[in-house]
Amino acid sequence: MEFDMKRELFLLSSTSRACAIPSGVTGTMAAESPLLLSLVEEFVSGLQDSKAKDTATGVKDGQFTVLQLVEALGQSLTSSQPHTRARGVQLLSEVLQDNHGVLTEREVELLLAFYENRLKDHYVITPPVLRGLLALTKSRKLPPGSAVSMLRSVFQDVHVQSLMLAERACVYNVLINLMESREDELKGLGADFVFGFVQSMDGERDPRNLLLAFQIARNIVLRGYSMGKFTEELFEVTSCYFPIDFSPPPNDPHGITKEELIQALRAVLTGTPKFAEFLLPLIIEKLDSDVQSAKLDSLQTLAASVGQYEHRDLAEFLEGLWSSLRREVFQTSSEKIEAAGLAAVTALTSCLSRSVLNSDFEDSLSSFLDLVLRDCKHHLFEPDLKLVWPSTKLLQAACSASFRAAHSITSAVVPPLVEQYNSRTQCSHRRTLLEVAQRFIQSTASSQSVDHDESLFSAYKDSLCSLVFSALSESNSSLQITAASVLTSLAQQPGLLQDSDIELAVDHLTRLLLTDEDERVSVAVVECAGALAEQHPAAFVTKLIPTLKKEMFSDQRESSELRSHHAVRQRCLSALAAVSVRASVVMESAPVLLDVLCSAHTDPDRFSVDEVVRACLSLQRIAERVQDGEDTSRCFHDIIVPRLLSLALQAALQSDGSSDRHSPLVEEEVLSAMVPVISTACSRLQTFAEQTASRAVSLFLDGDVSFLPDNSFPPRVQLLQQQQEEDSSWRQTQLVCLLMACVCSLPHSVALPQEERLLLELEELSCSCRHPLSYTSAAKCFAGLVNKKPQGPSLDSLIQGVIKRVSGELDRPSSPLRTQAFTLLIWVAKALLLRYHPLFSALTDKLFSLLDDALLGPMAADSFSLLMSDSADVLNRGCHADVRIMYRQRFFSENSAKLVEGFNAAPQEKKANYLKALSNIVNKLPKQVQVSELPALLSLLLEALTCPDEGVQLSTLSCLQPVLINPPQVLIQQLEALVSRLLALIGSPAMKIRVASIRCVLALSCFPAHEVLPFRSRVLRALAPPLDDRKRLVRREAVQARAEWFLLGSPGGR
Amino acid sequence: MSGGVQLENANPVIFQRSGDRMLTASEEDEDVHDPIDDREIFDILLVLHLIRSINDPEHPLSLEELNVVEQVRVKVNDTESTVSVEFTPTIPHCSMATLIGLSIKVKLLRSLPDRFKTDVHITPGTHASEEAVNKQLADKERVAAALENSSLLEVVNQCLSSRTI
Repeated sequence: MEFDMKRELFLLSSTSRACAIPSGVTGTMAAESPLLLSLVEEFVSGLQDSKAKDTATGVKDGQFTVLQLVEALGQSLTSSQPHTRARGVQLLSEVLQDNHGVLTEREVELLLAFYENRLKDHYVITPPVLRGLLALTKSRKLPPGSAVSMLRSVFQDVHVQSLMLAERACVYNVLINLMESREDELKGLGADFVFGFVQSMDGERDPRNLLLAFQIARNIVLRGYSMGKFTEELFEVTSCYFPIDFSPPPNDPHGITKEELIQALRAVLTGTPKFAEFLLPLIIEKLDSDVQSAKLDSLQTLAASVGQYEHRDLAEFLEGLWSSLRREVFQTSSEKIEAAGLAAVTALTSCLSRSVLNSDFEDSLSSFLDLVLRDCKHHLFEPDLKLVWPSTKLLQAACSASFRAAHSITSAVVPPLVEQYNSRTQCSHRRTLLEVAQRFIQSTASSQSVDHDESLFSAYKDSLCSLVFSALSESNSSLQITAASVLTSLAQQPGLLQDSDIELAVDHLTRLLLTDEDERVSVAVVECAGALAEQHPAAFVTKLIPTLKKEMFSDQRESSELRSHHAVRQRCLSALAAVSVRASVVMESAPVLLDVLCSAHTDPDRFSVDEVVRACLSLQRIAERVQDGEDTSRCFHDIIVPRLLSLALQAALQSDGSSDRHSPLVEEEVLSAMVPVISTACSRLQTFAEQTASRAVSLFLDGDVSFLPDNSFPPRVQLLQQQQEEDSSWRQTQLVCLLMACVCSLPHSVALPQEERLLLELEELSCSCRHPLSYTSAAKCFAGLVNKKPQGPSLDSLIQGVIKRVSGELDRPSSPLRTQAFTLLIWVAKALLLRYHPLFSALTDKLFSLLDDALLGPMAADSFSLLMSDSADVLNRGCHADVRIMYRQRFFSENSAKLVEGFNAAPQEKKANYLKALSNIVNKLPKQVQVSELPALLSLLLEALTCPDEGVQLSTLSCLQPVLINPPQVLIQQLEALVSRLLALIGSPAMKIRVASIRCVLALSCFPAHEVLPFRSRVLRALAPPLDDRKRLVRREAVQARAEWFLLGSPGGR
Repeated sequence: MSGGVQLENANPVIFQRSGDRMLTASEEDEDVHDPIDDREIFDILLVLHLIRSINDPEHPLSLEELNVVEQVRVKVNDTESTVSVEFTPTIPHCSMATLIGLSIKVKLLRSLPDRFKTDVHITPGTHASEEAVNKQLADKERVAAALENSSLLEVVNQCLSSRTI
């Protein structure tokens, strides 16, 4: 067999074109397979391309072998017509493409010899030959040495760039395949391989092929092929594409992006230090370009390349590179380029820092840094000129590269900076200098390595500290703010500040907190105190907290000082929250806050309601920020939460008797502020949350007060029962909001005792109580539990029960408890919507039917907003509620049709309710969904703009505005209606509507110019009156919108 | 920017920007009438940027940062419907003085109600050809004629365009 085949191929390859194969040979095959012969015939002479596939399938299925195919092809391969021969080779190649796996090594060898020979044949045969070679390179049976011979003949006999696109790709793929499988052989070719490749790709223009060619070049560079004397050639043949300028054709089917090409080329150019001497001058040259993208690409390529370089690759180009980089940052025209320039400086510096110092070379890092310092340092001392900032950024970019660089730059810059600060008198100059110093301290944070536990700034610590403290003592507020941020940065340098420094800092911060009236300063001081307390808690426990406590509880009853004292207390409260990150601080600060609540309760004149609320807010912030741990969890669940409950209960019971002055702790505002404290503690600090929850349940169900401190309560308190005769029972029932905080924020894993009984009592309270906070909180608490209750018949029957009770109440128009029933309905609906419970639809139907209700209609319309938005205190992800993703979209897609139907069927006076409900829903949808759903609803929304209800107008405008930024086609078709409705709303009596409608008009100016140009003069006329509006906010929008519309269609505008 | 081009003033003095106007409670109150005040006009002018004209790629600093326009040099009288703006060219021979003045003028015309009479001129003693520029800016006909010139209008519009690069 093999012998035959060899002879066959030998004959084929050596036959002159006109010579026929000896009849003895051809005779043996005729009988083989008539099917094969007819396939060959139809492909070669009949030009039916599909037969190639059939033949390949035949070989695959074993109907005939490759050898038989070769035999059957005999006649075509020896034909005198080049086109017939090409057709024959094409059939063979296409069959091989699908069947390269079945070939034996011997067959591959013979086929290779055949193909290599055919490369010398007529040019029309070359394409199928290349395809055949490509197929053979995929064969695992490629005999040793064949890769070399194949490449030699390809490089020798084929002029790649005169081939068509697909054939060029074929050549590149041959190379790629061989590089994968025969790396050693190719390396044996030495630089000839590189030369062959360079010749092949020289002049390539198609982006698809370039990606392949770049891949080969990258392999050459990265896998250690010897480039020999062709290094520069390889660089030239690839770098001539740099920087890449390519915009894909519209509807590009190949999906090649400019970014892809840039990355592929960058990988080649930056792959080896051997290119350094060619690449760096090229980059310097391209940085001079006017094209922004070229600059950006050059800078990024520079940053990527130096990662592999050593200092001697860079040495001779440092000056040139630096002057280009400096220019880009000093005279930058875009932030992107500035950022890329700075990144390049960092990369250069870190490359130079890596080099090992030896006596032969000068220290190139220090010579580079000398350059940087020479050009930048003096600008730092001109704090009112523009270049102070670019110079700072450049120096910091170098600073952040390495410890060595940071060390030499800080030692050159910081001492004169301090000196300058002391010699300047203008506050704005001092502030700039201080800000520069702060940036230096911050920029070195990344280059502090583990080997150097000493901070870079320890030598200048004292002078910097005295700088900061003197700035904090100034009266200029912006100087104080900057100083506070410098102090923060200093504190974040590990091990820099000593205890004495911290104590001094705390003194300054305390003084500012107590005396400085400027709000921005106090915000900065509080923030700084928070950062310092995280690193150095001790000084805050011993100094700051006692001082603040003393100040807050000091009695200043003179009315002139009362207002400022109120402000001081506010600052103290927020500072207490800010410093409480560590457990040791919380142990001290939380009792102070609780004391505030306590003393407000015993003496209502001492603290205002607002201050009490702020104290709760501070406790909430502590619960949110404190490190979770056993200490803190115990502190919250054993001390803070019981204390809060106890105080609230005391206030509720005490106020029963005395009616003239009651404790602020019965105010709804205060209770609502306590709720998040407790619920955050239960959801975040989980260790003892279960205990709090079961205590709360037994308190509310059984009146068990044993765990509360200051226990002087009557033995049986019944918090969930309302006594009809007493008008003050609401003070007790409203405490149910605290119960909600305790039981609705638990993780799913925590089981609640007596849950069934609790649910029953909550349902009863929510349906029968007349006090709004009480019944609403009971409904929310009920809903929060329903949301987490496991699926099953007991949940279903619970919900059925609620639906029945609520429907009964709602169906009686005379019932006095309809609002209560409605509240429960809406909250339970929300709980079920979030978890995709199937019974939800029963509740929605009820809700939709209420839109027609005379009394509850508007309320039902508003309730859709509640349904769609996150609620702050219950049923959110923070409370571990069961919230499925995209529940809003689901609700919308299931119900929008019902809403539209209802709108069309509703009587005129009820239509507003439907529009309001719709705009409430659409308003809360994610923007992408709004944009995609808008077309279907556009006419309804346009209708809503003419609805007289201001709430509907406003919420519709706010849905429309984001959609206008990327207007869908339907919107453009309805432009006339949209414009006239928006312009009509500009005259609305409500300021917010005027503002919102003008914003929409502004957004219209970005529509395609030819669409909106016809409206230009009309819009400009309509925007003239609001320029003279009585409200400044309206005028401001009008000025902006009118400016854009003026630019529309005007030269230099848009 | 190409490396060879030198800027007229590469390292100008930068002045601090005043922060955004604080929103007051009365501004949000529907029933209060807010009069047009100096700060409001000043804020309108803040949108103007020294253009990146011809070959000048200067980081587009606002007129405020270059101290060309200062709040103290903006005077408005709402009841009498007059506005007066003085501007200070960065250097006495600044070639762009007329253009800056024209841009300010156009911005005010587009942003203020019709009732206002606007007066834009150079801060006394800060520019070599102060009088000539002031005269041009005061002449309604010349301003109108300048805006008929489409290439001039193009440059003015670029100054007024709030879009950055």
